[in-house]
Amino acid sequence: MNTSDTQRMPRWRRILTMTLLMLGALVFLFPFYYMVVGALQARRNPSLSGAIPWLSNLTLSNFSQINSAINLGQSLLNSAIFTGAVVVCTIFFGVLAGYALATLHFRGRGLLFAVVLLLQAVPFQLLMIPLYVMLVRNFGLGDTYEGMILPFAINSVAVLIFRQFFLQVPREMFDAARIDGAGEFRILRSIAVPLVRPAILTAALVTFIGPWNEFLWPFLITKKQSMEPLAVAVANFTQTGLAGHANPMGSILAGSVALALPAVVLFVVFQRYFTQTHASTGVKG
Amino acid sequence: MLGEHPAGLLLSAPYALFVAAVFVYPLGFGIWMSFHHYFFTAPGAVVPHPYVGLKNYATVISDPAVRASFVHVGEFLIINVPLTVIFSLLLATALNNAIHWRGFLRVSYYVPYVTASVAMITVWMFMFNSGGIVNRILGPLAPNPAWLVNTTWAMPSIALYVTWKQLGFFILLFLAALQNVPDELNEAAAIDGASRWQSYRTVTIPAVRPATTLVVLLAIITGANLFTEPYLMTSGGGPNGATTTPVFLLYQKGIEQGTPDVASAIGVLLVIGVLLIAYASRKVTERE
Repeated sequence: MNTSDTQRMPRWRRILTMTLLMLGALVFLFPFYYMVVGALQARRNPSLSGAIPWLSNLTLSNFSQINSAINLGQSLLNSAIFTGAVVVCTIFFGVLAGYALATLHFRGRGLLFAVVLLLQAVPFQLLMIPLYVMLVRNFGLGDTYEGMILPFAINSVAVLIFRQFFLQVPREMFDAARIDGAGEFRILRSIAVPLVRPAILTAALVTFIGPWNEFLWPFLITKKQSMEPLAVAVANFTQTGLAGHANPMGSILAGSVALALPAVVLFVVFQRYFTQTHASTGVKG
Repeated sequence: MLGEHPAGLLLSAPYALFVAAVFVYPLGFGIWMSFHHYFFTAPGAVVPHPYVGLKNYATVISDPAVRASFVHVGEFLIINVPLTVIFSLLLATALNNAIHWRGFLRVSYYVPYVTASVAMITVWMFMFNSGGIVNRILGPLAPNPAWLVNTTWAMPSIALYVTWKQLGFFILLFLAALQNVPDELNEAAAIDGASRWQSYRTVTIPAVRPATTLVVLLAIITGANLFTEPYLMTSGGGPNGATTTPVFLLYQKGIEQGTPDVASAIGVLLVIGVLLIAYASRKVTERE
């Protein structure tokens, strides 16, 4: 619907639309606000007045509480290693496969593209038992970063993003380089990759939220607390670590703030990159 | 023989190898396990895993806990899918008509989707527990026991949470579809004397039907794979086992109880179930 059409809307309709939208925003944002307020409360206050951050009840002690309970620094580091490695692998494999799919004609290209699309339909939960048996029981990769990273090292969404970007590059650029005698690796390194820098940022951001927020797989393969990423550490604390804390809910919410903050900040700063992909690939990231 | 650019094979080889190792092989291994007697052994030990036909499937189907878990997921989908479609289409339509604050609104709708479920679950538990803010607002209307420990309300509460968590993703899907509806269609309908509601019903909704199909399909697939939310919000299987899901049993039987063969059979049945429901839903959303 274009703007002129919108402006023809009667006033009451515009007010109704805006009220609905603002109500929606409130429903989506309130839990975030409440999470921060709850994380800063010295004494738990679940009543209506507890939704207001009273100065007399504010403290940072919940953060030190959760830090001593789950070792915030170590879990953040585990999350960073897990996420960082997944992002690097995804981009590396994604650029190579995306470039090949978009610009090269080779035997098996159609099959490869079909596989990329098909992978999106395979739910991870179906693979979780065989992957657990293989990686943890047969290869002994339980409680290791490799075991955590391997199943996430490739990602169809990233391949599709890069393929889409390479398709938009005029073919003549690659052909000219080939005529000049450059090999495919040379073309990839000195022409293709510099051209798709924005795609690399997009793919990195979209890939980041997957492993950073992931609970199930790292939960399955970690037994040692020192190997748990933050999402697993916070989740385990909510299930078992409540005893002996003055304000357990406050500590849990402090952990949640630490877990949510990096993803939310990245999203708010780079939101254009997130939503663009969403529209252009039309797939779940 | 290798095509015009054989280098393409070399460049896609790392990706293809990874696909084979972490997708194709485990997929085949899982299906194979579901037809064999498989158990955990020490790494490297060679033991026979005899073929047992459909025995694992018989074990699974005759297990009332497994049947209950499928019913729970059905209950979840019946609440989650319609809520998701209605609210995402409603908010996407409103967003498409909005003149001001579009950027802010888009960000606020999408932000729960990019945030860890583990983090948001804790806030919802804080809000929905017995003395929580939701029950304080409801006063005498609050259910007793509270939402997540109440056998009737536990699953609907989880369905509501998941709807909230993912709605932003679906709103943007619908928004993209709405922006592609040609203005001429609505203008033609207006000239023919259609009211806005009539033109919305007869022009806009049919025009976004492919998006609706996609939304329903993705909501069913994510819903069928439900694990983290019931596991964390209702400490495992929920009050009286009211929120056990097939994936929860997959975890329990495959890893905690050491019967990965039985768990694999649940996995195969779950995928077959999802395919059937997805096929049926496509028939419903695509019919004229």
